Amino acid sequence: MAIAPVVNRRDFLKTGVAGSVALVIGFHLSPRAFADQAQEQEKKPPNPFDAWVRITPDNRVTLILGKSEMGQGIMTALPMILAEELCLDWKHVKIEQAPTNPKLYDHGTGGSGSVSGSWLPLRRAGAAAREMLISAAAARWKVSPDTCKAQDGGILHGARKSFLTYGELVSDAAQLPVPDFNTVPLKNSNDFTIVGHDTRRFEGRDKATGAAIFGLDSRVPGMLYAVVARCPVFGGKLKFLDAAKTKAVPGVRDVFAIDPVGQGAFTAGGVAVLADNSWAAIQGRKALQITWDEGPAASESSASLRQQFLDHAAKPGKVVRQEGDADAALNSSAKRVEALYEFPFAAHATMEPMNCTVHIRPDGAEAWIPTQAPQWAQGVIAGVSKLPPESVVVHTTLMGGGFGRRYQADFVMEAAQVAKVCGKPVMVFWTREDDMQHGFYRPASYHHFAGALDAKGQLAAWKHFQTSTSIEAMWSPKGEENPEKSEFATAAFIPYQTPNYRIEYALAKSSVPRAWWRSVEHSTSGFVVESFVDELAAAAGADPLEFRLRLIGEDRKIPDFTNPKEGKPLDTARLKDVLRLAAEKAGWGKPLPKGVSRGIAGYYSFESYTAAVVEASVKNGGVKVHRIVYAVDCGRPINPEGVRAQVESAAIYGLSAALHDAITISGGRVEQSNFHDYKMPRMNETPKTEVYVVMSKEEPTGIGEPGLPVVAPAMCNAIFAATGKRIRRLPIRSEDLV
Amino acid sequence: MAISFTLNGKAQSVDVSPDMPLLWVLRDTLNLTGTKFGCGMALCGACTVHINGEATRSCITPVSSVAGKKITTIEGLSADGSHPVQQAWMEEDVPQCGYCQSGQIMSAVALLSKKPNPTDSDIDDAMSGNICRCGTYQRIRKAIHRAASMQAGKAKSAA
Repeated sequence: MAIAPVVNRRDFLKTGVAGSVALVIGFHLSPRAFADQAQEQEKKPPNPFDAWVRITPDNRVTLILGKSEMGQGIMTALPMILAEELCLDWKHVKIEQAPTNPKLYDHGTGGSGSVSGSWLPLRRAGAAAREMLISAAAARWKVSPDTCKAQDGGILHGARKSFLTYGELVSDAAQLPVPDFNTVPLKNSNDFTIVGHDTRRFEGRDKATGAAIFGLDSRVPGMLYAVVARCPVFGGKLKFLDAAKTKAVPGVRDVFAIDPVGQGAFTAGGVAVLADNSWAAIQGRKALQITWDEGPAASESSASLRQQFLDHAAKPGKVVRQEGDADAALNSSAKRVEALYEFPFAAHATMEPMNCTVHIRPDGAEAWIPTQAPQWAQGVIAGVSKLPPESVVVHTTLMGGGFGRRYQADFVMEAAQVAKVCGKPVMVFWTREDDMQHGFYRPASYHHFAGALDAKGQLAAWKHFQTSTSIEAMWSPKGEENPEKSEFATAAFIPYQTPNYRIEYALAKSSVPRAWWRSVEHSTSGFVVESFVDELAAAAGADPLEFRLRLIGEDRKIPDFTNPKEGKPLDTARLKDVLRLAAEKAGWGKPLPKGVSRGIAGYYSFESYTAAVVEASVKNGGVKVHRIVYAVDCGRPINPEGVRAQVESAAIYGLSAALHDAITISGGRVEQSNFHDYKMPRMNETPKTEVYVVMSKEEPTGIGEPGLPVVAPAMCNAIFAATGKRIRRLPIRSEDLV
Repeated sequence: MAISFTLNGKAQSVDVSPDMPLLWVLRDTLNLTGTKFGCGMALCGACTVHINGEATRSCITPVSSVAGKKITTIEGLSADGSHPVQQAWMEEDVPQCGYCQSGQIMSAVALLSKKPNPTDSDIDDAMSGNICRCGTYQRIRKAIHRAASMQAGKAKSAA
């Protein structure tokens, strides 16, 4: 892989590759604070840039940044943005992974933030390059820049009928000063020919021909393959090892123990089996004779965790938010509604199991990793190898799904430990069982809701108690002080108006690792809020859509309670719009076939607005979802086709959570092991999904995750409409349907 | 002991443990990485290849059992991605992460060879062994219908 040239304080640099000159513009991706652009540019060395546009004399345009493709479509959307301002076919923009350098910047792909964080910086970089190329052409022709324009990858002077490609102009352009990013003229959005237009994904062909290279497909000369035997009980340790039988397995090269690593990496440690091929490694591991010291977690079970939930729920929790007096309003209200909701742990189950290929040499290291966090991976390998980070080269491969799981560094840590011992290139890969039983799971949680309606049917009180195995408590050094921080999201600033609002929280302790699962806390927050408001609508005898719109009330902006400084406020007008749009497209209120009913949900997450109407029926103790109609407002859609694809995907992921996903614990270990007991939705369970994308002109916001939180509540609200049964625990059990 | 078979139209011989699943022979011994490992238990379909034309899960197929047989992997479907099913996959923009798609395509090709014009229910039956965690099922269904009409069109113009 080519390493991007490092750009010094000035915004451009001549690169001396084979005597050629390139136009390189360095810039800074900013997840949120676009206003920081100017200051960032003025920072002294080390250079502040984490992204570059490079145009070379052979007319190639390369976008170098640290974003990974895991199916969410950034290899398509990001070049589209750049190409729009550069006025060329987006397919001519090649993406290259930026070199990792933990001292300079923090690369990572997550939080549905790649497009929102790149939109303005990429436009400015594209526009800056375009203006420099125009100036270079104008100077060459001795005409005014105003008479030149960029078109089809070159600069055109209409009157002279002259055209120079960007490649022909880069050497001149590279001598010019870079325009100020804050004032560089951006294209008028009415003139967009790429952004906002349906585009098929860049790497679609490779993925239809088997040519796409994922992490597990990394092949390095002389490489070995390894698997690790881990204690099935979380936190357990190796007590006794007899590797004699393993060493007798043909193809096995070596067997050795690796240590567990705590905070951050959270690896189990265990016994590595190195072999000539994957199969021999798996066979060798089966032959290991191991005794584990299971440790204190062995007494944990789903039942013991549930008892903890019940114990916590019997007492008041820590007050997270309080306005008015919810208890008083509940006691004096005309109508009071209560409900309990609960969720188990859930696994990401990416189709490509975890894997990481590392070669640690005395003078440096190289790694091939399907990771959402290459920067972190580099630091981990540097730490284990005792090499400086800059001598650790990380190649980020395509990922067979990420969903948050690949933001972790556990699988990198293990591979680095193994590579350090073996000295050869080695791929440490996980089997499905490893992946299922040693993941970082969506937290398990338990919620108690109480709501009150006054005589006019207005929301007099909303009280939400949650106890969960908080993510924050595990990841933040001081997490146990504020474990609620990671557990509510939009549930802490609901759009439904009430004078008496109270949120309480209690931390449930667990040895089960937790982390960011697609849509994170929104997956459960969306369910409880949109289920409970539906319960209130039913209690009020109101139409669920009308009730929501009435409780949301006037257009206003609600501050993000969980992230008041950086979070964008919830714009109720946009939320109401998607609710109305989904309802209209679904034919809300119109007759359906016998036995089929509709449910609705609307929600705000990752700064985007989604609503879904689900049509479902219940038969023979099972649910059938017939149709899902979505309306989504994620700001300006860069690639509407990509937006639809992401929402279709989130629909199935959400359906999976509603129908199947449950990781249960017994004896301190995960009970599920593979797709027979951790089931996935399949073709025969797939409903017809329609996605209507609002062609907004607002700043683009997230779309990889926001489709998820509304599916399960809309579905369960449809089940209620069909059967009168409320589903208050996921996944749906047949006994809850009758 | 060497085991011989026909792989993507060419004679192939491998000297590996006879109980090694075909999946690992393809991936690790022959470096044909288009066929994917997903579960190792024939539960997800990511490893689907054709053995004598039948869609087969290579992760539980010992290499010894394919001696003398004809194996087709995703790499052997076409030299240039021109197979109608691959074309339909691109046109419907099916893949997301793409990891399962080799297996999906191999299952779809096998279905279409038996049922050139499959119904939705045929697709449910033939494709429910293949998991896609990105949930591209709706597009897979559309792509299979599209490939069916492309193939029908070809057959018509050839006739």
